[in-house]
Amino acid sequence: MSIDVVSQSAVRGPQAGTVVLSVNGRERKLQLEPRVSLLDALRERLGLTGSKKGCDQGTCGACTVWVDGRRVLACLTLAVTCEGREVTTIEGLSADGLPHPMQAAFVDRDAFQCGYCTPGQIMSAVKLLEEGHAADDAEIAEWMSGNICRCAAYPNIRAAIRDVRDTAGGER
Amino acid sequence: MRPLSYARADDAGAAIALVAGHAEGAFLAGGTTQVDLTRQDVLRPGLLVDINHLPLDGVEDLPGGGLRIGALARMSDVARAAEVIERFPMISQALALGASAQLRNMASMGGNLCQRVRCGYFRDVNSPCNKRDPGTGCAALDGFHRGHAILGVSDKCIATHPSDVAVALVALDAVVHTRGPGGERATGIDDFFLLPGDTPDREHPLDHGELITAIEVPAVPMARRSVYLKFRDRQSYEFALASVAAAIRVEDGTVAGVRLALGGVGTKPWRARRAEAALVGQPANSGSFAEAAQQELAQATPRPQNAFKVELAQRAIVRALSTLTDGATP
Repeated sequence: MSIDVVSQSAVRGPQAGTVVLSVNGRERKLQLEPRVSLLDALRERLGLTGSKKGCDQGTCGACTVWVDGRRVLACLTLAVTCEGREVTTIEGLSADGLPHPMQAAFVDRDAFQCGYCTPGQIMSAVKLLEEGHAADDAEIAEWMSGNICRCAAYPNIRAAIRDVRDTAGGER
Repeated sequence: MRPLSYARADDAGAAIALVAGHAEGAFLAGGTTQVDLTRQDVLRPGLLVDINHLPLDGVEDLPGGGLRIGALARMSDVARAAEVIERFPMISQALALGASAQLRNMASMGGNLCQRVRCGYFRDVNSPCNKRDPGTGCAALDGFHRGHAILGVSDKCIATHPSDVAVALVALDAVVHTRGPGGERATGIDDFFLLPGDTPDREHPLDHGELITAIEVPAVPMARRSVYLKFRDRQSYEFALASVAAAIRVEDGTVAGVRLALGGVGTKPWRARRAEAALVGQPANSGSFAEAAQQELAQATPRPQNAFKVELAQRAIVRALSTLTDGATP
């Protein structure tokens, strides 16, 4: 296969082109340049502003979403690479208008102050329990360390996570 | 971020041809370095070739007890692979102590080896940096260099290699398999990382368009009880100030074999060969460990802000070896 044949068939951009994303179970067709991050596509193009832009360099975790069921950082993910994958944001977490148990636990435990990091904390916390790394507070702290809380609501965040962990049927 | 083109490759040959055929082409795996540094304008790819759909993500047994780790296996998946935990705990521990859960889900093993340094001057396009812009100078030499290297440095660059898992892989004599426009080859991992010397911009012996396909770890029986210890400014989600990957075999109280490598202190993942040579045949006690550590760090070139690493690295070596020989759980 010659390089020219490959390039002509495969290369997209730098101009905007059609990118089809599946977000919270819904297919979304967008005109995007390849350089657009998943975070910007969600926030600026789809109006899904729950995922937050804190650092935009993979440091703070405020943009945590799920791609194919794994918690990842939307700021370091190019939107075009998510074609064919399922993206889940905080807006897709609740069902039937009811908060997810983790969302309810964050409210019950007052697990925030300013709230900016909260969507990322919650998307991360739900996966933390699925991954099975919440045996004690030390383990929760270690496996939640990718989500920075500038208000230092950590004790309450851990309490919320413990509540969901310890509630039978708390996981959907 | 500057405009760029994108292509998703369905097979390795196409990916290699695409990158090789574009002067500013680069592979895109997990993106945790590539996207970050492209946004910072440190990297300027004109074409990113998405290799995430190539079938290079497995962890497979090798005859005799080694492992073949696919270049696209994610850090999180390798860290929890049963055969890695059982045969090479130092690899699993190093991976689990690196970055954050989200980044470990994204970052590939091949990308981990190719990650760029965390030197603040390298990442700031307004600062001189011989690694980013050869010939402009090194701002770290007389600047802020508390986290910088004390081993393998040159007067052109003192940036620390940031990887944890590469330290374990260097201790284990892993082999990096690559495929490029000129075919396939295998490189011992110690040779895969170049010292900065006069050309800190050249970090690996890779040709343009050459793709890492796998990392092979040979059988190392003593590594079944090995450890990776990491010391840093905060407890989690931070790069090492000093780290140690260690495995040791003791017979009748004497060191019969040892593997030792250091992170956080070298311009490349640092195999502590002097310490290893000094240890074999010596009694397995803290006195021997301290003497060997001192011999390794005798070659250090500390600077004012990172001189503490000389002592820290020595203590880390003693701690790691003591942990293994005391019979205590690391």
